[in-house]
Amino acid sequence: MDYFLTEEQQMIVDTAKDFAHKVIKPVREEHDENQTFPWEVVKKMGEAGLCGLYIPEKYGGTGLGILGLCLAVEEMSKVCSAIALSMAATGLGTFPILLFASEEQKQKYLPDIASGKRLAAFGLTEANAGSDALGMQTTAVKDGDYYILNGTKQWITNAGEAEIYSVFAVTDRNRGSRGLSSFIIEKGTPGFSFGKKENKLGIRASATRELVFQDCKIHKSAMIGSEGMGAIIAVNTLYTSRPGVAAQALGIAAGALDESINYARQRKQFGQTISSFQAVQHMLANMATEVEAARALLYATARSIDKAGDAKGFAKESAMAKLYCSDVAMKVTTDAVQIFGGYGYMKEYPVEKMMRDAKITQIYEGTNQIQRNEIAAGLIKSAASKK
Amino acid sequence: MNIVVSIKQVPGTTKVAINPATNTLIRAGVEAIINPFDMYAIEEAIRLREKFGGKVTCITMGPPQAEEALKSAIAMGADDGILISDRAFAGSDTLATSYTLAMGIKKLGQFDVILTGKQAMDGDTAQVGPGIAQWLNIPFIAWVKKIEDVKKDAKTIRVERMMDDGYEVLEGPLPILLSVVKEINEPRTESLRGKMKAKNFKATVFSAKDIEADPDFIGLRGSPTIVNRVFVPVRSGKKELVEGATVEEKVGKVVASLRESKLVN
Repeated sequence: MDYFLTEEQQMIVDTAKDFAHKVIKPVREEHDENQTFPWEVVKKMGEAGLCGLYIPEKYGGTGLGILGLCLAVEEMSKVCSAIALSMAATGLGTFPILLFASEEQKQKYLPDIASGKRLAAFGLTEANAGSDALGMQTTAVKDGDYYILNGTKQWITNAGEAEIYSVFAVTDRNRGSRGLSSFIIEKGTPGFSFGKKENKLGIRASATRELVFQDCKIHKSAMIGSEGMGAIIAVNTLYTSRPGVAAQALGIAAGALDESINYARQRKQFGQTISSFQAVQHMLANMATEVEAARALLYATARSIDKAGDAKGFAKESAMAKLYCSDVAMKVTTDAVQIFGGYGYMKEYPVEKMMRDAKITQIYEGTNQIQRNEIAAGLIKSAASKK
Repeated sequence: MNIVVSIKQVPGTTKVAINPATNTLIRAGVEAIINPFDMYAIEEAIRLREKFGGKVTCITMGPPQAEEALKSAIAMGADDGILISDRAFAGSDTLATSYTLAMGIKKLGQFDVILTGKQAMDGDTAQVGPGIAQWLNIPFIAWVKKIEDVKKDAKTIRVERMMDDGYEVLEGPLPILLSVVKEINEPRTESLRGKMKAKNFKATVFSAKDIEADPDFIGLRGSPTIVNRVFVPVRSGKKELVEGATVEEKVGKVVASLRESKLVN
């Protein structure tokens, strides 16, 4: 399919593809097995210019938008979505700064993120506040020029490895969704520590830990936007970041499809390659069709956001892209394991990892059930506004 | 620090055909890449620049399409690229090639370090690097596996040279030519910024006239080599112990033996 990529967009694809095969592929199994964070890869990812694609040039990035981010995440996720996530989750932690922070805050943080020198993370979820993010317990109590944070954020991607955290806390319980605020908190701030590292089914090279705040004193200048803007910042960040998750899911699916085709063409049973069997052919045909449809939906969404310069008007579409790409990823990777048969179940082959890695894309940054709510709400809202 | 990297564009496969009439490689229709050993030289040059500042200039001799090799070097992070290209260079052997590259480097002006890969993967001669050093009358260290230190003020460099059974630490004055082995580093991939720079890059082209080459030393005329047969030499690793009462006697025997084998005059 021709997606009419510009020369620069094609360069992103080529750079990321080359990087994924030369730098990520040789180490993906080891990091998956040992749950180690791939710092040596992240450093090189920055040098290759793959960390600042969505950050404007004036802050040291390349200014190639959400589609630029998606193309890089997709290519790297074809090889290892867990390692690609170090950059993609940094995007999630960076969008609150990019979208709502002051010029001074942007100048302070974005160049290091764009160069890959420092990673970022997003601290919203808590043990009792998942889909119901507004139910969070972490508080930020005003004390003169400071806020005192207390509470624990759970399952935070890049936690412990990132140095820049966009953290959400309740500043006024009585104001409901207007009572949340967002802060930029740096690693090493007194009163800010990390909980245990989670042992996960997939994306094992990615660090997932708690953020623990115990009387953590933050100067008011670290607040993003103004007090009470937290929910708006979180929601808009998620609208903007969902295409990135979709790209990760798409990459996993496309990678599993490539592996499946290669395997089916060389695996012989009954004296012929299994790609000659219609049962396998039809599976491959379905996988390829779904991957292509997912890609078309995602690219169209990313382009719409880039053209508008804002994801607000495309909340429904970004939810659709995330929902569809992640469902396709789960289905395609499951079928890939099926095509590989017993070999697919073994760790010697990459598809079992892809299947394990795919599952999280249906869960994080809003479960696919929440995405459906979002899509339905968007449909009803636009119908109601037409009357 | 001015660093020059001499690179070569080679066929991107080991399955090239040999023209039976001339015993030379048939290059037509084969994808061209930078000689893999030269990639380590480019990477090391970029690292030297990152550490000591300065400029990395890649230089290559070849047909106009060899500009692609320079573009790849730019995409990796080199600052500039020079293409030495002229019909007059056709048919160059390693002697004429090293002369031509040396004249090109001379035209570039002041330099501190020249890096090359240990050999090209098509010709496998490993002669052009030392040849350049000889034409420029500068020292040369082969098989460098690590640059330990550069003293910019004292103008010296200390390197580790890989040997079959370990390594040697050598120090030499700048300017110097080093040929590097793959153990020295891991070449980086082309960066996005580098690719963007490479897209608009036009190599400076030096002709035979530009480098003021002596017509007797370039191209076929400057190439005394006649390819008789292409084969992989067998390395026996055979050692011969020379006995003798004095050092002079032993050296005399060694020299006589070398003369007998026509290895020295």
